Amino acid sequence: MAMKPQRKKRLTTILAGIVGVGAIVGLVLYASDQQMNLFITPTEINAGSAPKDRIFRIGGLVKVGSVVRSQTSLQTDFIITDNFADVNVTYDKIMPDLFREGQGVVAMGKMNEQGIFVASSILAKHDEEYKAPEVLDALERAGHPVEKSDKG
Amino acid sequence: MHAEFGNYLLVLAFILSVALGVFPMLGATIKNDTLVATAKPLALLFFVAMLASFLCLVYAFLIDDFTITYVAQHSNSLLPTQFKVSAVWGAHEGSFLLWVFIFSGWMIAVALLGNNLPRYSYARVLSVLGLIAVGFSSFLLFTSNPFERTLPFYPVDGTDLNPLLQDFGLIIHPPLLYMGYVGFAVSFAFAITALIEGEWNATWARWTRPWTIAAWSSLTIGIMLGSWWAYYELGWGGWWFWDPSENASFLPWLSGTALMHSLAVTDKRNSFKRWALALSLSTFSLSLLGTFLIRSGVLTSVHSFTNDPERGRFILMFLAIVVGSALLLFLFRSSKVKTKVDFSVVSKDMFLLMNNILFVTATFIVLFGTLYPLIAEAFGKKLSVGAPWFNSLFPGPMVALFVLLGIGPMLNWKKHNLDKLKKPLTIIAIVSVSLSLIVNWLMGEFFAWVFVGLTLSFWVSFSGLYYLTQLSRHKKTLREKLAQISYTYLGMTLAHIGVVVSLAGIVLTSFYSVEKDLRMENGESSEINEYRFTMSNVELINKDNYQATRVTFDVYKDNQQIQTLYPEKRFYLAGRQIMTEADIDDSIARDLYVALGEALDETGQVWSVRIYVKPFIRLIWLGAILMALGGILAMLDKRYRNLKSPKVNPVANSDKNTVDAIVR
Repeated sequence: MAMKPQRKKRLTTILAGIVGVGAIVGLVLYASDQQMNLFITPTEINAGSAPKDRIFRIGGLVKVGSVVRSQTSLQTDFIITDNFADVNVTYDKIMPDLFREGQGVVAMGKMNEQGIFVASSILAKHDEEYKAPEVLDALERAGHPVEKSDKG
Repeated sequence: MHAEFGNYLLVLAFILSVALGVFPMLGATIKNDTLVATAKPLALLFFVAMLASFLCLVYAFLIDDFTITYVAQHSNSLLPTQFKVSAVWGAHEGSFLLWVFIFSGWMIAVALLGNNLPRYSYARVLSVLGLIAVGFSSFLLFTSNPFERTLPFYPVDGTDLNPLLQDFGLIIHPPLLYMGYVGFAVSFAFAITALIEGEWNATWARWTRPWTIAAWSSLTIGIMLGSWWAYYELGWGGWWFWDPSENASFLPWLSGTALMHSLAVTDKRNSFKRWALALSLSTFSLSLLGTFLIRSGVLTSVHSFTNDPERGRFILMFLAIVVGSALLLFLFRSSKVKTKVDFSVVSKDMFLLMNNILFVTATFIVLFGTLYPLIAEAFGKKLSVGAPWFNSLFPGPMVALFVLLGIGPMLNWKKHNLDKLKKPLTIIAIVSVSLSLIVNWLMGEFFAWVFVGLTLSFWVSFSGLYYLTQLSRHKKTLREKLAQISYTYLGMTLAHIGVVVSLAGIVLTSFYSVEKDLRMENGESSEINEYRFTMSNVELINKDNYQATRVTFDVYKDNQQIQTLYPEKRFYLAGRQIMTEADIDDSIARDLYVALGEALDETGQVWSVRIYVKPFIRLIWLGAILMALGGILAMLDKRYRNLKSPKVNPVANSDKNTVDAIVR
């Protein structure tokens, strides 16, 4: 049965549209799985739920007294804690201005074979009242709910 | 006094906007000329009220009136005067006042320049803008009033403006960005009016085009300034982070770019009507969505103002009303808008259709990546979508766009015979590939993306220039040739060259930048590429509102000193904040960038230092400037100025005006 050229054209357009949208959605979902970074708390890492060979983020507080700086390079080793479990972190770039012991940080990176988190970037905000939502979340999940505002 | 006066003016503006939203619209519906005639004076008054209110806040900042909470929290008596002014838009309340003030500026521009619109349409357009103003001014008045007092216990001095914002870039970045954001309200109002009247044709498109281009040009410059500011002020040396707040401004830009192109088709061919309508509605909706994301505090970034659920709810409600009513109107009325589809595969129409599809795709990608963390969080999963995700998806549609961009502008509407173009296009393609290979070879290392990016840059630039020579081939002198080409085409080509200049900058700086974080001692040197950086002095300096450590770096090339850089680490006294002030030696070919981390010993002689050599990064922003200039040029085209009011017979008039305005 012959289709009218007008209708045939419209059908082709619609089909092309569906194929196009399908391809885009497929690509987006594929890339999503590869490139999105999960957020994991120190407690969850200790429980063994850290993904292997994938970049993810952890958040918590810099444990007081844990920061060790190298005397020859920029390498800094410290511990991120949610007051329940600890994770050893190493970082060899410039620390953000607000990096302090006892303050909240969010680190992005991978676990190495020794179980040390090798950070590729560290986030601490330029606002002193700031606590990253991830940090609050990590502390809450570990059973230490934090008041939203530190100011009295 | 000024605070109460400013506040009173906001209330007045709110009442005026309600009147403007109701009376002219009602007048146009029941054909009451008295009501219709209120549109212009109401719009003018709204503008005057907003201007005066804005000036009241500026005045409060200038005289250090710390009885006003907003001033007390965002200024300080030690702040230099120009920053006292820019501190007005340094945080949520004041920046939203600026936002509404700029919106009133667009409104008055429409009121004064829109004389060529039919009387009822003119009234409706202003009325729709009035309804939007109701949303904006009530938001300002009820959730974000900048004039609230701290009486009776007001502070002696202010808390200070965030030092990140004490910068020239911040003086001009927000106003231009907002001009772009709210500027799309005009094309939105045109589209809504057209839907109400059930008529959307070439004439409507021609009215809308210059407004859209104006908003788009402002947004382009606004985004570019934001990128430039982030580069030199945030101390990380990056120019784009795919940060939600950047995406918030990039979404309406992408959608607005698609809109500009589909309006061109509606204007010239009286087709693509529903595309253009849908894009007008979605571009402004995306502007509002961006506002919601940034101002509600659901996303955290440099831009997010304090977390306030009430504000978030308000904007979300406003967004829902605007998008909801626009969508309903579109669903029920757009079927009245008929489009004929009659073009072949090789035609300008087809290429612009591809342009629209690709830009909409890109918009969806960015929208998905920006919103996905919020959606995932609603399902109890915490994750972030960072630059790698965007970088793996976004270039796809862009490459396709640039390939098409080398051909599309040269084609005729409706149908084109490619035979004549085959030879020049082949030559341009060969030249582009060769030049791209040569640059790759000169830069030292081969990267596939650099090769692709540069080839496309040359491809688009040469084909654009070739097209201009073709348009003017019958004239002899350069001046005659330029006079031959209409501003629309000149502007278009300039903007297209601008976007590939940016593209070239992006690929070159992304792949050839050298970035190093180092531990350096006073007197020590470090070599990067052909440059040697020597740390030669550490000093303490005192300024009015901050103290700083300034470190001197001498830069050598071939043992010749070429530059001295002075990065600083500042401590702002009032807010007790630490700031990194990078120093940059800029040139088109490369930037040398030095920023200080922190002192690594007690004597202050050892520092963590960040040194970057970034080739061709300036091209990124230069390209954006060219794009905006192209936009301004196109906007000034005669054909928009010569628009006659089609009171007598709109359709006939539109046809007459369309008669080949390409080549004057």
